[in-house]
Amino acid sequence: MHPAPSVIIFTTFSGLGFGLLAWLGLGLPTVTGWVACGFFALAYLLAVGGLAASAFHLGRPERALKAFTQWRTSWLSREAWVSVTTLIVMATYGAGLVFFGVRWSALGWIGALLCLGTVLTTAMIYGSLRAVPRWNMALTPVLFLVLSLAGGALLAGQRVAAIWLLALAGVVQILTWVRGDDALARSGTDMASATGLGDTGRVRAFEPPHTGPNYLLREFAYQVGRRHARRLRVIAILLMAALPIALLLLPLGHAVAAVAVLSHVVGVLVARWLFFAQAEHVVGLYYGKR
Amino acid sequence: MTQLPSRTDRKLGLVIDLDTCVGCHACVISCKGWNTENYGAPLSDQNPYGAEPSGTFLNRVHSYEVLPDHGAAQLVHFPKSCLHCEDAPCVTVCPTGASYKRVEDGIVLVNESDCIGCGLCAWACPYGAREMDAAEGVMKKCTLCVDRIYNENLPEIDRVPACVRTCPAGARHFGDLGDPDSAVSQLVERRGGIDLMPEQGTRPVNKYLPPRPRDRLEREVDGTALFLEPVADEPSGFFAWLDKALEKI
Repeated sequence: MHPAPSVIIFTTFSGLGFGLLAWLGLGLPTVTGWVACGFFALAYLLAVGGLAASAFHLGRPERALKAFTQWRTSWLSREAWVSVTTLIVMATYGAGLVFFGVRWSALGWIGALLCLGTVLTTAMIYGSLRAVPRWNMALTPVLFLVLSLAGGALLAGQRVAAIWLLALAGVVQILTWVRGDDALARSGTDMASATGLGDTGRVRAFEPPHTGPNYLLREFAYQVGRRHARRLRVIAILLMAALPIALLLLPLGHAVAAVAVLSHVVGVLVARWLFFAQAEHVVGLYYGKR
Repeated sequence: MTQLPSRTDRKLGLVIDLDTCVGCHACVISCKGWNTENYGAPLSDQNPYGAEPSGTFLNRVHSYEVLPDHGAAQLVHFPKSCLHCEDAPCVTVCPTGASYKRVEDGIVLVNESDCIGCGLCAWACPYGAREMDAAEGVMKKCTLCVDRIYNENLPEIDRVPACVRTCPAGARHFGDLGDPDSAVSQLVERRGGIDLMPEQGTRPVNKYLPPRPRDRLEREVDGTALFLEPVADEPSGFFAWLDKALEKI
């Protein structure tokens, strides 16, 4: 799949933002006044900024409000509802902390749950696509949720939770790669089933429909060099989980924590780039591409 | 509504004969022509006269080489357009309701004025049947020429999809695949029509007729020997006289 910057930024930063909001909703840390204002501003910047980035890949962004109508079947529509509801609930909860210095804990709990719901709906947009076997697994939403909680814990200054969640995120990420690598083969879709010509013999793409490129190839047939992919995976795991954990184990200062956050964010961006770039869409088979 | 109808009154679709298709791409051109001038936004081209021309097409013809375990390779031309699936994954993922499947005839359509161009339906389609138009920013797909098949301004013979009407080899057939007695259903029955990617669970309406096995010579023949073989084993007439005369010398 084409790794469009808009969707990479969208999933990474909205995941972080909603992760932070979830921890704030739980009252970890319980902050009020200006400190709360700072935390909520950062969380909203990430969450809303991420959501806004997703609008950049729309062909007709001016009609975006119509995306609220089909929640019965579409995960994208569900995401629109859950994310907006979450932002409203958490804004109310945040207003209590910032302006009145009170924590409406029930509202915070509901908000935290909604935050996870938002991340889940985002992940299911990808996880529900059967045509992309690498995404079409239960591990996809698990990975998105764990990463969001880990990044949120890191931003919320929850040191112990962050260490455990980052480690868990690293494990889930590696599992996702291992399971994902043969997902296309396990799906049973290959050139033989795509063309229905498998009974006659071995099928090879002889001529593409056009000599030039097209939307399908640009959007779905992105290929990463295997060697690069392996290197990028190592970089992603080191930056996303290993380095932040190591830094958190050091005596914690704000500067060290900032480096840990930065490292984590860059790591997740690399992993998210791979999430798209390595995903094989079965339509590639019609073009003789994996 | 992006909820799929539990059943449709008819299942209009195409039957594509891979045995007959000669790979001329006439269906590609007629499709592009008709659908640029009629229903919805035109199918745009980008850089059409430049080094890397690219454009929106609702129908594309691939060519595959099939190599059996024994014998010669076979070239199969393979037209591909929307299969108007019964369990169309492109419809259910649409967040705006722009994509829908019609109850009356099963055609999968896009209401372009509701489409936000998110591209998710194209991601969900395993067949690559949907293409985002780069100029219009909305999703384009085969309409089964919905503006031809019911169009009473056209002569009756033209009330079929443009690709079917134009195919010079008669490799494309249009009809109701929900009716077991229709000509297309009979054809599918007779020729063992198949679904593409059945494991994807989309239940496509369009069917493909696999290429029939090619005639095979009973024994291996030396190409040159074919021409040098004697025309007649038992000579008669002039040759019989010549044969006898030569033997006597």
